Amino acid sequence: MFSLDLLRDAVVFGLLVGCFYAAVSIGLSVAFGLLDVPHIAHPAFLVLGSYCTYLLCQYGWDPILAGIALMPVFMLLGMAVYRFYYVTFEKRGTEAGVRGLAFFFGVVFIIEVGLVLVFGVDQRLVEADYIGKSLTIGDMRLPLRLIVAFGVALVLTVGLTLYLSKTFTGRAIKAVAQDEAALRLMGANPVRIKQWAFGIATAVTALAGALLIIVGPVEPTMDRVYIGRTFCVVVLAGLGSMSGTLVAGLILGVSETIVLTLLGASWAPAVSFGLLLVMLGIRPQGLFGR
Amino acid sequence: MKLVRAMVVVLGAMLCAAPGAVLGQQPVKIGMSMPQTGTLGGGGQAALLALRMWVDDVNAKGGLLGRKIEFIVYDDQTNPALTPGIYTKLLDVDKVDLIIAPYGTVPTAPIMPLVKQRGLLLMGNFSFQVNRTVKHDMWFNNSPWNDASSWSDGFFQAGQKLGAKTIAFLAADQEFAQNLANGARDLAQKAGLTTVYNQNYPPATVDFSAMIRAVRAAKPDLVFVMSYPNDSVAIVRAVNEIGVGDSVKLFGGGMVGLQFTPNMVSLGKSLNGIVNYNSYVPGMKYPGIEDFLARYAKRAAEAKVDPLGFYLPPFNYAIGQMLEQAITATKSLDHKVLANYLRTNEMKTIVGPIRFRADGEWANARVVQAQFRGVVDKNLDQFRQPGKQVVLYPDQYKTGDVIAPFEKARK
Amino acid sequence: MKPQRYGFWVGAAAVLGLAALAAATIRNEYYFFAAYVVVQFVVLATAWNILGGYAGYVNFGTSAFFGVGAYIAVMMIKATGLPLGLQILAAAAVGGALGFGVGLLTLRLRGIFFSIATVAITIILETAVINWRYVGGATGIQILRPPVTEPFESYIKMLFVAVVLLAIVAVAIARYIETSWLGRGLRAIRDNEEAAECSGVPTLKLKLLACTISGALMSAAGAPLAMYQSFVEPASAFNLTYSVSALAMPIIGGTAHWLGPVIGAVLLGTVQQVVTVTVSSELNVLVVGVLLVLFVVAAPEGIVGLARKLRLRLRSRSGAGNS
Repeated sequence: MFSLDLLRDAVVFGLLVGCFYAAVSIGLSVAFGLLDVPHIAHPAFLVLGSYCTYLLCQYGWDPILAGIALMPVFMLLGMAVYRFYYVTFEKRGTEAGVRGLAFFFGVVFIIEVGLVLVFGVDQRLVEADYIGKSLTIGDMRLPLRLIVAFGVALVLTVGLTLYLSKTFTGRAIKAVAQDEAALRLMGANPVRIKQWAFGIATAVTALAGALLIIVGPVEPTMDRVYIGRTFCVVVLAGLGSMSGTLVAGLILGVSETIVLTLLGASWAPAVSFGLLLVMLGIRPQGLFGR
Repeated sequence: MKLVRAMVVVLGAMLCAAPGAVLGQQPVKIGMSMPQTGTLGGGGQAALLALRMWVDDVNAKGGLLGRKIEFIVYDDQTNPALTPGIYTKLLDVDKVDLIIAPYGTVPTAPIMPLVKQRGLLLMGNFSFQVNRTVKHDMWFNNSPWNDASSWSDGFFQAGQKLGAKTIAFLAADQEFAQNLANGARDLAQKAGLTTVYNQNYPPATVDFSAMIRAVRAAKPDLVFVMSYPNDSVAIVRAVNEIGVGDSVKLFGGGMVGLQFTPNMVSLGKSLNGIVNYNSYVPGMKYPGIEDFLARYAKRAAEAKVDPLGFYLPPFNYAIGQMLEQAITATKSLDHKVLANYLRTNEMKTIVGPIRFRADGEWANARVVQAQFRGVVDKNLDQFRQPGKQVVLYPDQYKTGDVIAPFEKARK
Repeated sequence: MKPQRYGFWVGAAAVLGLAALAAATIRNEYYFFAAYVVVQFVVLATAWNILGGYAGYVNFGTSAFFGVGAYIAVMMIKATGLPLGLQILAAAAVGGALGFGVGLLTLRLRGIFFSIATVAITIILETAVINWRYVGGATGIQILRPPVTEPFESYIKMLFVAVVLLAIVAVAIARYIETSWLGRGLRAIRDNEEAAECSGVPTLKLKLLACTISGALMSAAGAPLAMYQSFVEPASAFNLTYSVSALAMPIIGGTAHWLGPVIGAVLLGTVQQVVTVTVSSELNVLVVGVLLVLFVVAAPEGIVGLARKLRLRLRSRSGAGNS
């Protein structure tokens, strides 16, 4: 059953889906890679974003517009979460690292169960003109929903990367990641900056959540499978590398689709985690890490 | 003093009478878990409504053996991990007299060892071959099939008439689909079909594009799919998006969920051309079913569940009827006595007469294979009349011939 | 210390005696069905605490070991039909080996990376089991219990007493570790691993030992699951909820003392069972999450820590009152 056509299809799909994985993970790249927050609740916020998009779509909104509209809301949410985390854990020193992790793990479950109680365990999906149709290129039929997700994800990822490297606040964020003390000496408030950064990371995740529900149906426990994908991308890229996130996402996307095509769907969940373990074992600083 | 004494006497009399009165009116407790959410939820809610209708009908006539029925139901969310706990609770905490199995193979399989160990009568509800390894002798499965052949015969025969030589199998890795897949693969081999693609997928899979592409690359004549509602819908959408290739003559077979009205309405014209199994389509003559469906439609509109109720509700009502018949005839709630009656007698229900074999399945299967034709989007009423699902098999219900190849039938 | 040592064994014997008495007298089997889960969590929480509380390595992979234990039992039932006791021992052996292997691979990683690696191992093992048709794959497998041995009346009562015995063994091991050279070494690692390394503590050996023991106990706790539920399938055997509960219970009870996980497990486990029977099974996961967050934020030393603070405050107050 192995044919070159199938492989070519797999690579193309993998690239489309991989860019989407990059957009989904870039929030974590900022939160964990730059700010060192053990944000294991990131995929839970992603799914939360998907459900909020679903709610708005019930009122007739287009999912992408809904995602954009949710960004300021999630920005505030992110800033509040960081403030709480900082006050409760970061101030108190190293012991807090373990507890911070446990805290976020608790948050994951609260969000998951909250979604089950509000929406039920059933799958939810959204309708839009571009969901269900496909684009025919040669003898390949590419689903439009993946192409749309690819486009938005690309804009999101590149946009955030440029923001962090070109704008003043963006560079301040990178600076605070590298040397907090120096920044403080220069008169900037590192906590304020980190809070802002975490807020942006969460806002980006809201739009990524909209893409998630465009790409396929969501259900409350989906965050568990995305823990693997997002951390795989972030570790593969290397902590602190934004442009690396896009490349890492593509690598994950293509690997997953190839395994899916050649070995079957039952091995696919292990690809992201397996890649993660391999990276941690061979080269923990990632491909482009500092 | 006289007043106090009088009160004591009256109270005493009441207390003495009360146990007697309570015993006489002690309800018959019937308990079950039903998947009301999760992948089977759409069907489960409709099935539950039919059972509630039966309970109401019986209670209106005076109850079972003069006692009202108390119906206790929990939601198992189509999660097999929850059913052992739920049934243990029903038996030990709620202390039910009788139990009915949840709708579907996946929630039912985990409780088979439990009911065998405790020697309980269990009325099965549209599950497939869950008793195969446990071999419980008090199991009576109400569903129109018995072995794998009852599912696949129609599909394979229609395929062979079209000259099909190769077949692809796509099956969910769960109890129902795997039971069916094991049977269907053997039958395909016996029928002389060569398997060119064989894939099991984890039940939580949401994206089928890779698998549909692989199916297309294998260029099969027949594609036999064994899936649960969420996957069935996702597979139909994937086929609609990227296509399955011109070689395919027939697609479908064992897709659960394409019989639930909400799915049929939302998939609309994506369904066209698919040949799939069903238990009942409008036009089939079962005694009393049309009255039932009319009554059901009213209650369904109030309860906001599947308004047509063709697939499961009549059969669930029939489960109730069978229990009623057995209890009334034997005047007993003893599980062994009831099991004996169910094994040896013919049951009269709104889905026709039913006899059970030694393994607890129907003696005579009555599954139909039908092809969706001319379905349009977002229209519920089109399914009320015969014609949108053309029955291909068995002959006694046949209403038309198959249109192939698959891609042509979709236009 | 001496009087306390005998105190512990007397207490343990009393607990076992109570369990046997309950099995002999209580009729309603549901109590044993629910109590089994609570005691199972005592084992899991105690096992987690050996690595998580004493050494400070937050293991999110409890579900991996638990699931492996359940599936080793399944494999043994299918292949050999050997009794429960041997199933538990086999599971413990495999769990210990797995713990050793996991330790070798991941204990070099710091903080969150170790934790993510343990989640990764859970999913990878679950995927491996999904692809293993012999034990049922993703479908799951029905298990028929053998007839129960004397003097127990029913299998669930025997399972209950078995798991109580296992809990006593687990707590005894944890208590021994805590008061021995191993515990001192682990505490040094938790406080400052580099300093411990520099002062000559064989950190890798100690961590590996803790990981092995912890893994063996977790897998032992998973083995009776096959007989308990009569049905095993990967999604529930490897469910991350076990990881969260095994993490939450010691944090709630207190991670510094062996009594902490026991208190946390009994408290949280009982609340969960009550909620499951009266409300729904979703809400019991919410309870775990909320209590975990609450305790991590407000009472990081757990109930044991709170009790200690209360005792100190009462003592100082009575001291001040006297003078």
